[in-house]
Amino acid sequence: METVIKTHELTKRYGDFIAANAISLEVYKGEIFGFLGANGAGKTTAMRMLCGLSTPSSGSAEIAGYDIYRQTEQVKKNIGYMSQKFSLYEDLTVMENIRFFGGIYGLGSKDIRLKGQALIKQLGLESEEKKLVGSLPLGWKQKLAFSVAILHSPKIVFLDEPTGGVDPLTRRQFWDLIYEAADRGITIFVTTHYMDEAEYCGRLSIMVDGNVKALDTPSALKEQYHATSMDDVFYELARGAKRSE
Amino acid sequence: MINNQFLVFVKKEFAHVLRDRKTLLVLFGLPVMQILIFGFALTNEVKNASIVVLDQAKDHQSQRLIGRIGASRYFDIEGAVDDEEAIEQNLRSGKVKMALVIPSGFSYDLAHRNKAGLRIIADASDPNTANTLSNYLSSIIMDEQAELNANVPVPYTIIPEMRMLYNPQLKGVHNFVPGVMALVLMLVCVMMTAISIVREKETGTMEILLVSPFKPLLVILSKAVPYLLLSLVNVGTILLLSVFVLDLPVNGSILLLLAESTMFIITCLSIGLFISVKAQSQQTAMLISLMGMMLPTILFSGFMFPIENMPKPLQAITNIVPSRWYYIIVKSIMIKGLGFQAIWKETAILAGMAVFLTLVSLKNFKIRLE
Repeated sequence: METVIKTHELTKRYGDFIAANAISLEVYKGEIFGFLGANGAGKTTAMRMLCGLSTPSSGSAEIAGYDIYRQTEQVKKNIGYMSQKFSLYEDLTVMENIRFFGGIYGLGSKDIRLKGQALIKQLGLESEEKKLVGSLPLGWKQKLAFSVAILHSPKIVFLDEPTGGVDPLTRRQFWDLIYEAADRGITIFVTTHYMDEAEYCGRLSIMVDGNVKALDTPSALKEQYHATSMDDVFYELARGAKRSE
Repeated sequence: MINNQFLVFVKKEFAHVLRDRKTLLVLFGLPVMQILIFGFALTNEVKNASIVVLDQAKDHQSQRLIGRIGASRYFDIEGAVDDEEAIEQNLRSGKVKMALVIPSGFSYDLAHRNKAGLRIIADASDPNTANTLSNYLSSIIMDEQAELNANVPVPYTIIPEMRMLYNPQLKGVHNFVPGVMALVLMLVCVMMTAISIVREKETGTMEILLVSPFKPLLVILSKAVPYLLLSLVNVGTILLLSVFVLDLPVNGSILLLLAESTMFIITCLSIGLFISVKAQSQQTAMLISLMGMMLPTILFSGFMFPIENMPKPLQAITNIVPSRWYYIIVKSIMIKGLGFQAIWKETAILAGMAVFLTLVSLKNFKIRLE
């Protein structure tokens, strides 16, 4: 199996505080990898290092086969990112957002038009194409943001709590999009709070106090911790946490 | 490829500006409003101003000139006086705004040396009126000169010598147009740039941009381009208003004025960039821009309050206010009609500020990205 993310003892320190401690993991192509942890456990820090938004204090990592220190340009071309905060331009229309983000990833205008139309059709946004993104409901915005994040067909897409604040039905629809992308060979690296979402992941890791405490498939984890649901597994691990918000 | 990315970005920035009605209103309404308010509050056109004449020549030539002045709608000839002391008295009484002295050799000098002098004495305690009136009077004299020259082989030159009584340097009012220009550019460039960058931080789109292969330097450049262009539109509007509505001509080179304005805009953009690196919210960015930039521009640029009259420590502070230098530049070009030699020092100071601020912000901006 092709490895697309490989980290070795990746660490981020802020003074004496170790936000992420010696994280070593491998993620395979086309996998949906869940990255779990309580608030303040360090998952956003770890993810920001992988995206190139934050420089690690020590350790190494390869994204899509490129070194995160030396080949940042190559890394950037091969990843997509969707942050916690909703991150399209609300004062631009659906199509304008698509054109803009396609444009800054260097897609040609013909390519953008084709992909944009396919995307709008897939999301059923035909009648909203010329509406400002700000006027769409949150669930649609998030689905659109995800589709825009993978518009340039990256090898990996990082999703930082992508489904915050929406109802379970919309979350389910969002995950349908994620599965579709994974089927096309895009690796999904997703952080989440929701334990039902954890069940949707192929494999997942659970971070506690900056360390990765567990890493396996959901069923293997449940077996290991003699739990019936991911909720219990998470509770079992997070109970010993010293840091919390 | 880079070019295309850059264009896409600039287009997006324009969309942000043009879609925000309130911003647009501030952007283009403000300069017009300020110019008109300042313009009509400070320079009301002066009509039928009283003038006295001390005619020491008393000949055909001088009578012609006096007749021409009396015929103009701007001046009423209050009467003739016999000596300089009477002029002084008349001016002091406040009823008379201006006096013209035609020296005894006026016609002789014109006929034999082809040039002659005149003296204009104005009450400059209301410097704006004094300025307007001396402009009117000079142009009447120029008309006379042109008429005299219509059929002579060697042209005559009449040289009016201005004397401003009571307030010789016309302090306090000058022409407010340079001040408004500094104010408007400062507001538009600093605040708009700062806010537009901070907004991307606030909404989270900045992260997306930084994760993308788009270069951080280009993010900044593409933010700067629309505001540079919009600000030049503002400079144009202000100049048009000042020339056609307020009758305040640009005496020096317009190209030089535009080039210098571009320099100042770049300085302002770099300040905006600097603020945006430090500020975390749009409100903070706006407050810093307003308090940190607008107030010093009004207080310390010499536009409202003459710098020479300030206590030494405040005078020192004015040196770091960019608009102070720009104000001098615009005044020199627009009003005094000077060229680049006269203002290269101020230009260099502005350029230095821009380079310094840009370097500092870029360094901080990069650290933030990593």
